[in-house]
Parts: sequence; structure tokens; C-alpha cells
Amino acid sequence: MRSRWMRLVALLAVIALVGIACDRDTPEPVDTDNENTENGDAAQGGGLLDEVISRGAIRCGVNETVPGFGFTAGQGEPEGFDIDFCRAFAAAIIGDPEAIELVPIDADNRFIALQNGDYDVLVRNTTWTASRDGNEGVFFAHPNFYDGQAMMVRTGEFGSIEDMDGANICVTSGTTTELNLADYFGTLGLDFTPVTFAENPQLQRAFVRGRCDGWTSDRSQLAGIRSAWPDGEGGPDALEILDEVMSKEPLAPGVLDSEVALGDAINAVVNGLILAEELGVTSGNVGQMAGDPPSGPIASLLGAPVPDPAGGEAAAVDFGLGLPQDFMVQAISAVGNYGEIFAQHLGPNTPLGLERGINALWTNGGIQYAYPLR
Amino acid sequence: MAAPAGSLKPPLWRDVRVLRVVGQVAFVIAVVVIFQQMYLNATFQLAERGRELSYDFLDSRAGFGVKEHFIAYSPNRSFWRVFWVAVTNAMVVTFAGIVLATILGVIIGIARLSPSWLLRKITQAYVEVIRNVPALVQIVFWYTVVILAIPRLKDSISVFDVALISNRGAAIPAIRGGEDFGMWSLGFLCAVVAAVFVWRWRSKVFDETGEPHYRFLWSSGVLVAVAGVAYILLGDPFSIETPEIGLRNLKGGTQVSPEFAGVLIGLVVYTAAFIAEIVRGSILAVSKGQKEAAEALGLTPGQQLRYVVLPQALRIALPSITNQYLNFWKNTSLGFFIAYPEIINITRTMINQAGHELEVFSLVVAIYLAVSLILSFLMNVLNRSVALKGGR
Repeated sequence: MRSRWMRLVALLAVIALVGIACDRDTPEPVDTDNENTENGDAAQGGGLLDEVISRGAIRCGVNETVPGFGFTAGQGEPEGFDIDFCRAFAAAIIGDPEAIELVPIDADNRFIALQNGDYDVLVRNTTWTASRDGNEGVFFAHPNFYDGQAMMVRTGEFGSIEDMDGANICVTSGTTTELNLADYFGTLGLDFTPVTFAENPQLQRAFVRGRCDGWTSDRSQLAGIRSAWPDGEGGPDALEILDEVMSKEPLAPGVLDSEVALGDAINAVVNGLILAEELGVTSGNVGQMAGDPPSGPIASLLGAPVPDPAGGEAAAVDFGLGLPQDFMVQAISAVGNYGEIFAQHLGPNTPLGLERGINALWTNGGIQYAYPLR
Repeated sequence: MAAPAGSLKPPLWRDVRVLRVVGQVAFVIAVVVIFQQMYLNATFQLAERGRELSYDFLDSRAGFGVKEHFIAYSPNRSFWRVFWVAVTNAMVVTFAGIVLATILGVIIGIARLSPSWLLRKITQAYVEVIRNVPALVQIVFWYTVVILAIPRLKDSISVFDVALISNRGAAIPAIRGGEDFGMWSLGFLCAVVAAVFVWRWRSKVFDETGEPHYRFLWSSGVLVAVAGVAYILLGDPFSIETPEIGLRNLKGGTQVSPEFAGVLIGLVVYTAAFIAEIVRGSILAVSKGQKEAAEALGLTPGQQLRYVVLPQALRIALPSITNQYLNFWKNTSLGFFIAYPEIINITRTMINQAGHELEVFSLVVAIYLAVSLILSFLMNVLNRSVALKGGR
């Protein structure tokens, strides 16, 4: 009896001691992964940007399931619009477009993985929203694609979303899509049943069997899915994408908030590629233009000495971004300008067949408008 | 008071009593330190990103729709509300499922020991196949291969013109109460009480005089008569609503969604196989003398099973069956793969809308744990009430 009491008292005493001890010195948390030391450095120096340069490779978190943007066809590496942006970043920062490490990541885990330092840059058709800026702590660059949520239905079943009262709508979880769906149908005063799947393949099976009337997602994604619709189910013509735009989805690459230097660098590359299209710099003529820049803005974009009309000694602009002088020359010769990338992966001559739409340059009636590189 | 045996006492580090205490203390310290470090590390990592552990976001607007909910919900309700929607959805499947799985499991467990060779082999094959295929595979199979292959809405299968089955759901007639439904319910309750009373009276007559009791006929007659009189007096207190084919969904009646059915059927079939094995083992564990004694009393095989063997077998089976119930509850998380809005499905969307992974995951862990503990507490109470008294 007594020994049991003694044991209990000893136990309580030990717990109390441990508690007090831990309370007193609030020990430095055990923290062995180097991501955090990098985060600490970021404030002073280039942080992750310097690490990417010394590592000689940039790790991009990408999608491999959306045709046109990031898709792995059979074996091999993913290809697409977003992948080319990753290659442009590699060319600009390291000087080699193949110095990339692609980390396929699903919608759910993209932010956790970014926070854990599993990859450096998120280039994965990700919508820029306020809560992702804030809650998820992501620093977004200039949007590389202005997307919008749309509704795909079997051809001829519905003329517009207003006809879809009471419809069953298939949707994948883990995206902003579910919110927009509820908001849009709520605004129209329509009733709907969301059928929320984990992944697209399961959703597609259910849609094929007629479980749902509509399939909602970003227009670009739906275009990709429609382009690859199996012939056994009637091919792409069996489906149509309704005209309504249910939401604004500016898709942008991003990095962690703490990695401002890397964020500024990729932002400069995205803007530079758009500006290159505006200035007529292509992968074909970039070498020649860098050697003999026809105008001040082009010289400044390509890091060449700006010709002095008075004939004095020409000097090149340094943006102070921690990037090589010719970073845009590298990027453009690797993947082409914004228009070339778009045409190659998404444009009318691809299976997706997307028009430029609002992604046209501001000079052509779109909203793609880059900051000046000077 | 010198201790003459002092030299025989082992040194402290070899004294079993001391070592036991030291071992336990060391273990407690290790556990406390590990958890403390985990907590500090988590808060440190969050602070590093300028965030702190906070559950306040649960009060903000959820904003997304949920397909089926057993408590009221709209996208304008809070994250808390949608979390409870998820929990109730998982609970409803669980409670419906463990009742069905128990019935099916007991039947199959008995059939495993049937004198019929065919029945024995069929149920054996069922148990072996089902037990050795992962639950996820089975749920996805039932949903994609069986349920989605049911004819589409406009070609719904009609069962005797009262129930409808399509791959957008199934529906059976529903009772829709009118104004006086409450009054009628009271009348129905009286009818039940009267029926029980009549049952007892007939049993007593049978015991005393030995004349046929016909207690089932008597009771059901009284039940129908009283409830019927109440129905006529109140003038149509309720109506029966038969389901019909709507434009996009079935309309009216009590409906079951394809996803609910997928989880329910998949897990009932899966869990029943395990329960069947437990029941079979428990029947075999009932001492052979019991059955022989029952036989000697002249009971038919059915009576032997019902009055002698099963009551003892189920008492043995109960603790193991509790485990299967807990597994059922945890396996509802697989509904996530076939679009059933259970806890994982909903919290995945919550995390994507609001961030706060750590907080949401802690809620998920807490609710699975809490319901499991409550379930096992209830089963322990039940077990204690049927266990043999006085034994150890």
C-alpha cells in the first residue's frame, strides 16, 4: 500500500519537475532541416535565390494532369505552358533551361509542400487570392494566365447556366471552384447538388455514366479535358463549354513570402516574357537584337548597353535583382516570348484550341500588361 | 536497530522495485518531453510564417455547398457548421451500417456452420473473398461498377410503382405528417402499449391453461385497430408520398444518394464478413454439452440455436464485434473517394479555403477519437449488462 503511494508521489513530482523545467527555459525547438536557416538568411541576402544558383537547379512544384499546362504523356517529363515558365526561370537564374527539377504536386498539398520547402517555385495553375497571400503565406508574381471558371455539359443539354436549376454538378475538392459554384448559383437563385470528388479520373467516370449534369472547373482545364475526351464517349464534340464566366481566376507562379528575392526574380521573368512579345523580341531574333538593340526598351530588356544617341559610351541597366545581366536573353532563347509559349501549348493550333481572349496583350485588346524593365 | 540482513540487500541499481519505478518515471519523462517538443516545434514553425495556432476561423463563412446533410446547412453557414455536417454524415452511415452489418454477419456466421454443404461453401467463399480485398477497392467497386451502372434517371427502375432506383439515387415512399400528426403519433403509442399488454395477457393464458396463445395475431390486430381508429378519428393525419422522376433528380419520398449507398453497401459487406467469423467462432466456443442438453429436451434445431446456443454465443462475440464497429466508423473516411461528404472530404475543402491545416487536422483526430471512445463505452456498458454475473 505504502509503496504504491510512494510511486504515485514520485511520478507526480517528476511530471511537475519536467513541466517547470520546460516552462523555464522554453528550449529552442529541435530544428534540423536547413529550410529554416535559409528562411533566416532571406532577410539579409538572396536566401533561396542564392541557394538555387549554387545548387545549379530550380525545383518547380508543377501539375502533371492538366493537358496544355502541365501533363505527362505516357512516360517522361511533364510538358506544357507552366513547365515552360519553369524552364524560363531556370534559364534566367542559372543560364540553363534544363536545370529544372519538376516536383509533381496535387492541389491539396501544394501550399504545405511549399511551406515545407519541398520545392522552390509554385508554377501549377494556381489562382492568386487574398487568403493565399495571407493565410498560406505565398508571394505571387504577375499572372501568366487569366483564367475563369466555366461549366462543361453534354452537347445540347443546356443553353446556359440559367437553365441548370436543380442540376447535379461534378466538382473536384481542394480548389476555389466549390466556392464559386455556390456563389454563382446562389446569385442566380438556382438550386444545385455539388458532387465533390477527390480526383479528376473518378469524376470523369461518374460524369460519363450520367451521374452529373455539369462539370465545373477552370475553363483552361475543361478545354484540356474536353480535348482528350475518349472517342468511345463521342470525342470532344460530345461536350461543350458554356459561355458564362463564373469567376475570375488569375493563375500566377508563386514563392514563399519570406523569399522576396526569388519572388522578384521570377516576377521579372514573367513580365519580361510579356514585354518581349510586345516589343517583338522572339526566340528567333533575340540573339541578333541583343547584339544590336534597335531601341532603348529592347536594350534594357535584354541587358545590352543602351545606345546613346549622342554617341557617348553606352551603359547597361542593372535592375539589382541578383540575376545575370543577360537573364532575359537566356529565357527568351530557351522558351520564346509569352505569345510563343501560349501558341505552342494552348493556342488554336493545339488540341486545346484556346483563343488568346483576355490573355492577349493590352495593345491587342487583352489585359496582359507588363511592368517596364528599366 | 541495526539491520543484520543489510548485507543481503542488493544495491539500488539492481533492486527490482527501484528499477520498476525508475523505468516508469523515465518513460513518463520521455513522453512528456516528446509531446512538449512537438507542440513547441509546431508553434515555432507557425510563428516563423507569421501565424499562430488559432481556431477563430471556424466561425467565418464556409461558402461551399454540401450535397447531402442530415442537419440544416447552406453555404452561408460557418466552418463549424459544415464540420458538424460532415460528422453527422459519417455518423448516419455508421449507425445504419453497423445494424445492417450485424444482421448480415450473424446470418452468415450461422450459415457457415450449416449442415448444408452448399450453404457452407458459399458463405465460406464470401468470407474469404471479402476479408482479403481492401475495403477501399470494394467501395470503389460498388460505386463505379455497380451503382453508376444502374440506369439513368429517365429510365429509373420502378419497384412495384412505389420505389424508384436510378444512378442519381434511390427513393422509397415517405410518410408526410399533416397538422394532426402529433396527435396521431400519440394514438400510435397507445396502440403499441395496448399490443404489448395483449401479448402479455395471451402469454399468461397460454402458460396457465395451455390453450393456443396466437399472441402475434392478437397483438398485431389490436395495434392495427387502435392506430386505424385514431387515423379515422383525426381525418387523414398523414399522407404517403411516393417518389417520382423529376427533371434532374428523383422527387419526393425518402431518398438515398448513390454515394451514401456506395459507402453503406461497401462497408456493410466488408464488415459483415469479419462479424460472421466472430459469430462462427463464438458458436463453436459454446460448450457442446449445451447443445446436447437442448437436443435431449426435444428442442428442434432452430429452437436449439435460438434459445440455447445463440444467446451464449453472442455474449462471447460482443467484445470482438465492438472492434468491428469501431473499424466501421473509421472506414467511413474511405467515402471520400466516391464523393460522399464525410469528414475527410469536407475538411479537405475547409483546409483549401481557410488554410489552418494543423487546426483542422487536430479537429479531425479529435472527432474520430471521441466518437470511437463513446462507441466503445456504449458497447462496454452493453457487454457488462449481458455478461455472466458473479464471474470474473
